[in-house]
Amino acid sequence: MRANCWYGKTVTRVEEVPDPQILNQRDAIVKISSTAICGSDLHLYNGFIPTMQRGDILGHEFMGEVVEVGREVTNLRIGDRVVVPFPIACGNCFFCQSQMYSLCENSNPNAWMAEKAFGHAASGIFGYSHLTGGYAGGQAEYARVPFADVGPIKVPDHLTDEQVLFLSDIFPTGYMGAEMCDIKPGDTIAIWGCGPVGQFSIRSAFLLGAERVIAIDSVPERLQMAEQGGAETINFSEQNVYERLMDMTGGRGPDACIDDVGMEAHAPMPIHVYDRMKQAMMMETDRPHALREAIMCCRNGGTISIIGVYGGFIDKFPIGSVMQRSLTIKTGQAHVQRYMRPLLQMIENGDIDPSFVVTHIMSLDDAPKAFDMFKHKKDGCIKVVLKTGMTGSGETVH
Amino acid sequence: MSATPQRFSEGRSYASERSEPGMPKSGPKRLARGLGWFSIGLGLAELLAPRAIANISGVSNKHTGLIRLYGLREIAAGVTIFSQKEPAAGLWSRVAGDALDLASLGMAFTSPDAKRGRVAFATANVLAVTTLDLIAAKQLSTGSPGVHAKASCIVNRSPEEVYSFWRSFQNLPRFMKHLNSVEDLGDGRSRWKAKGPAGTEVEWEATIIADVPGEVITWRSLEDSDVDNAGAVRFEPAPGNRGTIVKVHIQYNPPAGVIGATVAKLFGEEPEQQLEDDLRRFKQVLEVGEVVVSDATLLGAGYFEQRPARPADVDELEEAESMESLPSQSATNYHRAAQGRAF
Repeated sequence: MRANCWYGKTVTRVEEVPDPQILNQRDAIVKISSTAICGSDLHLYNGFIPTMQRGDILGHEFMGEVVEVGREVTNLRIGDRVVVPFPIACGNCFFCQSQMYSLCENSNPNAWMAEKAFGHAASGIFGYSHLTGGYAGGQAEYARVPFADVGPIKVPDHLTDEQVLFLSDIFPTGYMGAEMCDIKPGDTIAIWGCGPVGQFSIRSAFLLGAERVIAIDSVPERLQMAEQGGAETINFSEQNVYERLMDMTGGRGPDACIDDVGMEAHAPMPIHVYDRMKQAMMMETDRPHALREAIMCCRNGGTISIIGVYGGFIDKFPIGSVMQRSLTIKTGQAHVQRYMRPLLQMIENGDIDPSFVVTHIMSLDDAPKAFDMFKHKKDGCIKVVLKTGMTGSGETVH
Repeated sequence: MSATPQRFSEGRSYASERSEPGMPKSGPKRLARGLGWFSIGLGLAELLAPRAIANISGVSNKHTGLIRLYGLREIAAGVTIFSQKEPAAGLWSRVAGDALDLASLGMAFTSPDAKRGRVAFATANVLAVTTLDLIAAKQLSTGSPGVHAKASCIVNRSPEEVYSFWRSFQNLPRFMKHLNSVEDLGDGRSRWKAKGPAGTEVEWEATIIADVPGEVITWRSLEDSDVDNAGAVRFEPAPGNRGTIVKVHIQYNPPAGVIGATVAKLFGEEPEQQLEDDLRRFKQVLEVGEVVVSDATLLGAGYFEQRPARPADVDELEEAESMESLPSQSATNYHRAAQGRAF
């Protein structure tokens, strides 16, 4: 089969690899119809996540048709159309039974690596380094899906791939980012980062009852998409975020702040240069500008929700502000399995149509080009969907 | 409002773990550290001020070169004591050095340049230190030597279920990677076969020492075994009815020679890490039904065993099959891989 494989910093190649096989009896093989490039794939692409190996297949947002099931998979049949969640979760351990699927204790065979890096291991993840298990990813024609009796969700035929594909990651992730804010009626939520996950956080915050959402970014088309979702916006390259937010909230600050950016934040000079330098000298692995700013802006007693991906260590963390002002920090990789059913119901009800975020539909063969486009935000690129059954050049949707 | 009883101490004491047989006690270690610092201090004095040392101990000034050499020896012994987990080797080298010092001082008695009174004082001091060295070295060397590995995990099953899976010793090779088979011979006896290097196999017989259903199993190899080893596994209900805490302690005394090297290889350079990996697989078998494999870990989860995160080809599947690292039920898959996909 063809698959998009990682070969070093900013190098991927689509090449022919062996077809996947059933290895455990709770596996299924899925023939992929649509797969996406996630913002967190850029952390791998840019070389910020350790334990990648040349030849690793990328991708953790995918859907398709079940073509084979292991003996223990009784809830799926060949021919079922399914969306696959990015965390791999067994459904039997303490964390799965507590619905904290991204903390599954049994799905990461490289748990020892993660224990050395993080103290404890989290779940396995498709196509996301050896630290998260070393599973082949979904930017391919087929994928082996472990614990297929727990993860994949069947989707109805009348919904298009673009409407349901993002149940695999960015919709539940953006939703969990908003849910962690414990939103009460009348709340104002500030959101750093208007990438795809940020876009879903904006819409989820409104679905959860927020009165005002203020979104922060510097890319015009992303700010425009945020406005279409009902948010007020701040362009951090033109305005001082803290001053603007205090002005908008009467000096009190937003009730909760969501970090939808993560480890590769951009900031105005000279803070950006400071963090870039420290990162280059391996003195910190992550650039935490958005998180620092979110903490300083949040109202007293408010909540900081960190859903953007961090992988290592940061510097100049304003713990004094957190402690002195009774802030709550909530974070985690999304427990996708917990959200898939209720969010699919919202899509079916017409409360939200996730396809709004797609800007480019391209062939799987064009994955290397798509990565470059996404990284450099060329041609207004916000979200790329790759199709396995498509040949030739892609199309721009928006 | 319900009153929460105040907790003055943890319910479980770790004192019993500290005094487990075979584990060195802290007393001799503290003494060893003291002697290590003494070695380094005396060594530096001998190296930097050999004349002063010669004066104090009453030996001739002509021997400053020799005293400097002894200084180097002292520093080496001190460093050995600090640089090893088991400082016994450094202490025994100190004992040997003490003997050399005493011999040198004995010779000094007969030297015409020596001041007898000072030599006698120095000899008395060295004898006192020798006694301390001997005590510390002997204390650290006794007790059971060999390799210890301890690890624990929580399994989301009752202590009874977890116990009975372990007690059926034939299950152990399903998660203990170095074992080929364990056969129950009845009467608490069992025959263990383990993987040796280059396709060889080592085996031994073991007998159960303690067996309390749902609580504990301990076993050890029979006395004439090539591989002297013992193991203990305890099962405790986790608080809040959250499964079972499993604590394993395994001990090996690698014999000398070829078999010793084989045994050392069996349990790897990091026996504790290997035991932890075994327990992770144990938990997988009990909680999800089989050992979970990913593309990268098909041929082993060690750092150098990782293959790329992409499906294996036929050769690799065959290799995985021959290493028994594929779950047993999937044994037939690689045959089909050779024929291409059916769909």
